[in-house]
Amino acid sequence: MPQSADKVLDHAPLFREPEYKEMLENKKVKFECGHPDEMVKDVGEWTKTWEYREKNLARTAATINPAKACQPLGAVFAGAGYEKTMSFVHGSQGCVAYYRSHLSRHFKEPSSCVSSSMTEDAAVFGGLINMVDGLANTKALYDPEMIAVSTTCMAEVIGDDLNSFILQAKEKGSVDTDFDVPFAHTPAFVGSHIDGYDNMQKGILTNFWNKKDAERVADDSINIIPGFDGFAVGNIREMKRVLGEMDITGYTILSDVSDVYDTPSDGEFRMYSGGTKIADIPGALNAKATISMQEYCSKKTLDYCAEKGQETAAFHYPMGVKGTDDFLMKLGELTGKEIPESLRLERGRLIDAMADSQSWLHGKTYAIYGDPDFVYAMAAFIMETGGEPRHCLATNGSKAWAAQMEELLASSPFGKDCQVWAGKDLWHMRSFLNTEPVDILIGSSYGKYLERDTGTPLLRLAFPIFDRHHHHRFPTWFYQGTLTVLVKILDLIFDKLDDETIEPGVTDYSYDLTR
Amino acid sequence: MAKDVDDGPEGYKALIEEVLEAYPDKAKKKRAKHLTVSAPDPEGEPDEATGIASKCDTVKSNIKSVPGVMTVRGCAYAGSKGVVWGPVKDMIHISHGPVGCGQYSWSQRRNYYIGKTGVDSFVTMQFTTDFQEKDIVFGGDKKLGKMIDELEELFPLSKGTTIQSECPIGLIGDDIEAVAKQKNKEHEKTMVPVRCEGFRGVSQSLGHHIANDAVRDWVYEKGDGGAAKEYEPGQYDVNVIGDYNIGGDAWASRILLEEMGLNVVGNWSGDATLAEIERAPKARLNLIHCYRSMNYICRYMEEKFGVAWMEYNFFGPSQIAASLRAIAKNFDETIQEGAERVIAKYQPLVDQVNAKFRPRLEGKSVMLYVGGLRPRHVVTAYDDLGMNVVGTGYEFGHGDDYKRTGHYVKEGTLIYDDVTGYELEKFIETIRPDLVGSGIKEKYPVQKMGIPFRQMHSWDYSGPYHGYDGYAIFARDMDLAINNPVWGMYDAPWKSGPAAIAAE
Repeated sequence: MPQSADKVLDHAPLFREPEYKEMLENKKVKFECGHPDEMVKDVGEWTKTWEYREKNLARTAATINPAKACQPLGAVFAGAGYEKTMSFVHGSQGCVAYYRSHLSRHFKEPSSCVSSSMTEDAAVFGGLINMVDGLANTKALYDPEMIAVSTTCMAEVIGDDLNSFILQAKEKGSVDTDFDVPFAHTPAFVGSHIDGYDNMQKGILTNFWNKKDAERVADDSINIIPGFDGFAVGNIREMKRVLGEMDITGYTILSDVSDVYDTPSDGEFRMYSGGTKIADIPGALNAKATISMQEYCSKKTLDYCAEKGQETAAFHYPMGVKGTDDFLMKLGELTGKEIPESLRLERGRLIDAMADSQSWLHGKTYAIYGDPDFVYAMAAFIMETGGEPRHCLATNGSKAWAAQMEELLASSPFGKDCQVWAGKDLWHMRSFLNTEPVDILIGSSYGKYLERDTGTPLLRLAFPIFDRHHHHRFPTWFYQGTLTVLVKILDLIFDKLDDETIEPGVTDYSYDLTR
Repeated sequence: MAKDVDDGPEGYKALIEEVLEAYPDKAKKKRAKHLTVSAPDPEGEPDEATGIASKCDTVKSNIKSVPGVMTVRGCAYAGSKGVVWGPVKDMIHISHGPVGCGQYSWSQRRNYYIGKTGVDSFVTMQFTTDFQEKDIVFGGDKKLGKMIDELEELFPLSKGTTIQSECPIGLIGDDIEAVAKQKNKEHEKTMVPVRCEGFRGVSQSLGHHIANDAVRDWVYEKGDGGAAKEYEPGQYDVNVIGDYNIGGDAWASRILLEEMGLNVVGNWSGDATLAEIERAPKARLNLIHCYRSMNYICRYMEEKFGVAWMEYNFFGPSQIAASLRAIAKNFDETIQEGAERVIAKYQPLVDQVNAKFRPRLEGKSVMLYVGGLRPRHVVTAYDDLGMNVVGTGYEFGHGDDYKRTGHYVKEGTLIYDDVTGYELEKFIETIRPDLVGSGIKEKYPVQKMGIPFRQMHSWDYSGPYHGYDGYAIFARDMDLAINNPVWGMYDAPWKSGPAAIAAE
């Protein structure tokens, strides 16, 4: 009997004990009716070939292990970034359970959101009653200052009209007529979570900026849209610090989740914490400019801001040297502020670290996947280290994104061997890594299956990260954040080298003390 | 920290009244029917193993959730793809519709299995038709058919395919059954269309039922027998039904059944193959663990194939021993002796575990809020550790679940059906139990309050919790949750103590 109270074995060691190995072998042989081992091995080898890769690339209907989620997830994330705002998703209730779980598993934090719990009768008659009752109940139980409504695909397919439903609910007294209930239609069968983020942002701004008495009186302030970001907690805080270094005070972060997904443990559960002040949203209309940290999370919102007369600018997840340089220079241009010496020194320290470690980084090859702006920034930074991106993949990347990527890669000799894969999934990536291997894979936790199947070490830098804790609390943006990214890459390279040279008397001549 | 409520029925009843005050009238009336305090059941026969007979029934259960209240429940798709079908390892399960449902449920239930993923096993993969607007407008049947063809090319060793319908499928009038029939002919593999659209029913529960019915219709009624054809049944053949092998639960159970001399022909559905499903009707007895999610197919197998079924409970040594004996009663002396042998073999382990952990856990109070069988089945495992369950509830229980709960839960326990976020928070905040066992959505709010927590769906990434080996892990985990030093550090030293309070 392997188990004992002294040393309790859980699943990882327990099932490697002989009793269990024998039991599982017996199950396999007697009851499972599987294919012969040899056949499984042969087919497994075949899945690593170019022939398989071509079959894999030829599929047009099947999506296998995609790296994207659906629109409402992004809408819930965007809504969460406003003060005392409850996200309310109109449609089937299971969806909301999924968004909450997904966000909690990444951030290791509470994620509050309600559903209008539509069922079969609502599918036939529409979900008006669900909206009417739902808003009243949400207001009564959770006392939000704003309820941000988005939709599941069920409500979209039956064609529920949010604007009309919310007006009717207000008429019926669910919430006061002047209570803010911004909304966004977020069909899951269009785009991905980054579009849901965009739609919800636009919905919230529209709610305030299109009010009868709203009139734009331009001032010198700026608005900043962070975009959907698994590292938002660290990144938004770092952004505030950098804005402080720039002596910029007149700014509004539109959807600030940094305190929402990082509340303290001190005995109190805070359903709401921090966030963009609702009182600040109307005034944000007056801003001179709205800038987005992630172009593909904010296309519609920036168009709307431009319509209102604001200047707009969009970045691709400001990571890396040039990514940060460009952001700071634009910030300087918009605000008239000089980039301070302190930031020039930070830049210098990052460059110093890159120079110190360049021999370990030069020529390393990478596969990168994630949301479009992240992949862009990551590839740009890798090339700055002398690394070579070989596969850049965004399941939710468009043709326009692919063209931007090609342009970026063409700008550096380190990008010439890279292939850009817009709209492909992680089963495609498996074929790419098997046929054209790289040194390092950069992506989300889902990449661990690629690590297992192809032996490519994985660096977790993209949402979602379920199986490592707390990385999102540390920034990856700007010079300081880029330094963190650099160290993670280096740690992975050194750990791998140590692993490969650790065998005593066999490989440990290279197990160097100083590297 | 002090409790704000008198334990016992009167205190809990007052707490229910207080919590209901927050609701608007319509919702208040509805929610009142889901909350109660268990009472003595004078007509009930005390349970043989537990000696308990209480009345736990809420007025209502298994009805629609109230909109806008933050129900914890999921949907029919979650019940079918996530629970019943998803763990069947050698079949491909297509999340048919938009990308989200499959993405959020990808690899999240910890249904352990042995196999080469992507070659002969497919559980921890996310297959989806990834519906786009044109699929909604023109229908998705062609795309589905094409996808099945592509999967056949890329995964030739799969034993079949299930089609797990997401919300839009039933709304746009697709005919997935026709696609399944056509592809079954073309590829000569089992094809199972499942109408588990998320808007059907009121929770995961209808999804379980629909998934069970799909086994009946598309494996038994329409199938050709498959692996059952050449199987010679034996007198000790049983199936384990409703064990999803979370963290290896089914393995820690199987080892006991085999040790007592039984043959586990099929395990549904954790680590299961299609063959195990096909052969199940040839067994003598169905042993059902999660009654809620799989009683339907057991009733069918009884009616159609004459396979008897019984419920059992492998959480905690008292129930394990009682279950092993109850199972053995259905067989001859060889098996009955086997059961006694197994119980005796593991008794020293049980004694060791209790000796080590019980003193650290004795008298600690627990609140549960989970799904399936666990709101009642784990209660006695806590009893075995000397812990006391003061509140429990079902996400998607039916009346028959609450009836059964009366055999496990003592009178004076707070009972909450389809609890809302608001209610659960208030209950926990007021009662301040020593431990809460619930899901990922509840974990972090509860821990923020300074109350130890274990996820009792995923075993908080630990497990197995079934069987004797699992009991040791269960005991260790409850101990490490409750007795970690972190819970004592919540107050900043300059903020606690009489001086700080006086200064405020």
